[in-house]
Amino acid sequence: MDHQPHSDLIHPGHVACPGCGAAIAMKFALRAMGPKTMVVIPACCWGVIAGPYPQSSLKVPVLQTAFATAGAAAGGLRAALDMTGDSETVVMAWAGDGGTFDIGLQSLSGAVERNEDILYVCYDNEAYMNTGVQRSSSTPYGARTTTTPGLGWKRSRKKNIVEILAAHRIPYAATASIAFPEDMIRKFEKARHLKGGSRFLHVYATCPTGWAIPSEQSISIARLAVHCNMFPLYEVENGVDYTLNYQGNVEVDSYLKAQGRFRHLNEDEIMRIQTMVDEDWDLLMQKVSR
Amino acid sequence: MKQVLEGSHAVSEAVRLARVQVVSAYPITPQTHIVEAISEHCSSGRLAARFMCVESEHSAMASVIGAASGGVRTFTATSGQGLAYMHELLHWASGARLPIVMAEVNRALAPGWNIWVDQTDSLSQRDTGWIQFYCEDGQEVFDTTLMAYRLAEEINLPIMVILDAFFLSHTYEPVDIPDQELVDRFVPPMEPKIRLDTADPHALGQMVPPGAYMEMRYDIQQAMERVPFLYRQMEGIFAELFGRAYGDVEAVQCDDADIVLVVSGTATGTCRQALSDLRSQGQKVGMLKIKMFRPFPDESIRRALNGAAKIAVVDRNCSFGAGGIFAQEIRSTLCNLENGPPVFSYIAGLGGRDITVDTLEEIYYRTKALEQPDMQSVWIGLEPET
Repeated sequence: MDHQPHSDLIHPGHVACPGCGAAIAMKFALRAMGPKTMVVIPACCWGVIAGPYPQSSLKVPVLQTAFATAGAAAGGLRAALDMTGDSETVVMAWAGDGGTFDIGLQSLSGAVERNEDILYVCYDNEAYMNTGVQRSSSTPYGARTTTTPGLGWKRSRKKNIVEILAAHRIPYAATASIAFPEDMIRKFEKARHLKGGSRFLHVYATCPTGWAIPSEQSISIARLAVHCNMFPLYEVENGVDYTLNYQGNVEVDSYLKAQGRFRHLNEDEIMRIQTMVDEDWDLLMQKVSR
Repeated sequence: MKQVLEGSHAVSEAVRLARVQVVSAYPITPQTHIVEAISEHCSSGRLAARFMCVESEHSAMASVIGAASGGVRTFTATSGQGLAYMHELLHWASGARLPIVMAEVNRALAPGWNIWVDQTDSLSQRDTGWIQFYCEDGQEVFDTTLMAYRLAEEINLPIMVILDAFFLSHTYEPVDIPDQELVDRFVPPMEPKIRLDTADPHALGQMVPPGAYMEMRYDIQQAMERVPFLYRQMEGIFAELFGRAYGDVEAVQCDDADIVLVVSGTATGTCRQALSDLRSQGQKVGMLKIKMFRPFPDESIRRALNGAAKIAVVDRNCSFGAGGIFAQEIRSTLCNLENGPPVFSYIAGLGGRDITVDTLEEIYYRTKALEQPDMQSVWIGLEPET
């Protein structure tokens, strides 16, 4: 892939942590989306990364909005563009997992039920990282966070957000990973051109700070998540047509052991997580081969 | 042309004639007639607007914030619980300096469930940076909605047009609805001061560190302080075109009054009758109607009340632990006047209970009989314990 920092729509010098998967995700996303994009950001890490007043780290317009409102605010902005005859610009909501899986789920569900002509992106770092690593409903089974510390590590499963979106029968829902940039850019380009309805991209975005991993392993751990089928790459069209983009063949063991947030897990627990991943994979394969 | 309209439809007609471009709303009694009528205007093509049927009031305000950030004229309406649910976004709208107009139907807050009039819902939003106008009748609702667009777009602050549940929202009255051409002259197409633009990209609503936040807040306060002047100016133009004006407050027979009753909303109409009755009994009584609550029109209020011996404020609301909210505001406005009149605070008509002519006469005679006001607000019309 070409490296064209001069034409990137993200400025250098933003304040993301070293190795931040969310910053890498935005760089690839805007490479596909281009300058005719408006970004709607609720409270999340990107609320900070986008730059404090009077600076902005993006070369496209940004509307920051309340935590629970990305879907609604993006729909409203879309309505304004429609009323002023601008059908070219794409409105891209850009929210973390807290703003998508938890507090923003209602407004997201409302927006996609209305089939608003928006692209909604969840960059998923699997906890409330901006506020200091508290668990969200996206935090996976087994992870320690600052609100699931010590022996109280998280014992419930991660919510499956793509299935929730697919159940709304929106034109396009897909997963993407910062470790698979060609695949990710292809999906953003596809979403950009699929105008007229709601598109949802679930982007896996490593958080070295929150996951207790070295920043230089941000991409390799993201790649492992796909290789071990913890984060499968797939697309769902109209809620029914499933396409698998990659089939992994390694065990979750190496993925879990690479991260501080899972360090406390014993072999039994690791086996348990392997079973969960296998179950989820089987379920996905049933849909893919249907 | 005069039409017989519900208060709710006075709002929806004004929204139609103001050529609003994006409307977003969630149903709540007794606001629903407003947005139902606007939906019909949109589906019939009488209003070229996008109507968003959102899943909550929180999203209703969030979506009009998104739309207003795109530079179009917006509207939403709510009531009671819905306004309370919207609270967070009210700060977002004013902080972002967006000229959003909202109709708010005063409704009592639960528990227990109560759909009838009570002002505590809107008054508890007094610190959100919204301009608030309380209306007396259908004509005033219509006129105020039109004026709200012109004023909001001039000062870049959001405006709440407030009407009493049922007594106004569901009451049919003759309302003069002007021609589109005349309204277009008063409310021309919006020229947004804030608009996201890919050709000139800016960030809105971003993080603001301590070095700049306070100045932004000061700007809002300064804008609020300009509103009474801008309102007078704007209302002058309105009066030239439409022949009607209201003032930020309306003082009736205050010049020679010993006691002035202070009222707002539909209780004003009842008070006009009480005033007439009391005057015919030889009582030197006046009335002050408060239309503008934010910003609080201190100067007009001081001018109207300075000569009176006593002020009796009728509040259809309560700030628990502090009493009637209008009374608190009037007190703070008068407290630095030399020999300012004492303020008697009364609470009446909560949760849809009637405020009758008798209620107001009881308040008047009670105030007349007392030398000094009670320390606390006095509740009028409580049922005796059984």
